[in-house]
Amino acid sequence: MAVKIHVKEQPAVFKRFGAQWTPTLMVLDPEGAERYRFEGYLPPEDFLAQLEVGLAKSAFAHEQWEKAERRYRGIVQRFPKSEAAPEAVYWAGVSKYKASGDAGALKETAREMKERYPESSWAKKASVWSG
Amino acid sequence: MTIQWMKDVDLALAEARGKDKAVLIDFNAAPM
Repeated sequence: MAVKIHVKEQPAVFKRFGAQWTPTLMVLDPEGAERYRFEGYLPPEDFLAQLEVGLAKSAFAHEQWEKAERRYRGIVQRFPKSEAAPEAVYWAGVSKYKASGDAGALKETAREMKERYPESSWAKKASVWSG
Repeated sequence: MTIQWMKDVDLALAEARGKDKAVLIDFNAAPM
């Protein structure tokens, strides 16, 4: 389901969802809970990657760990140069850990992060898992 | 793939719940 809300046509909907800038993109889960939002223009690859992050976060919030990992992995595979990719590597690892309880998944994620996205802030966050 | 944009957010939320689908809302100021 996709909805387009124009600021001049439906200002009350902007206020209802707390949208204060355009473009603002919001992903809600089937229950209507907001799972992700991003603001500002993005080129197509980054835009699509961010939409996928929203869907992955929705799966994660519902504790659908394997589905969340698949979605995050898909971001890394399809949009490896997007800004969302390092974040996706991080959360794919967390999703795998949540599904398995195996801390090795986090250690492997830290290794992958250091190899693929060493300059990202997500690499710093994953570095504690290096052991 | 062409996106079928809706304008009624409550209708979209109701349909999404029934179909177990996520909802994307694009708040914008671009000319329609």
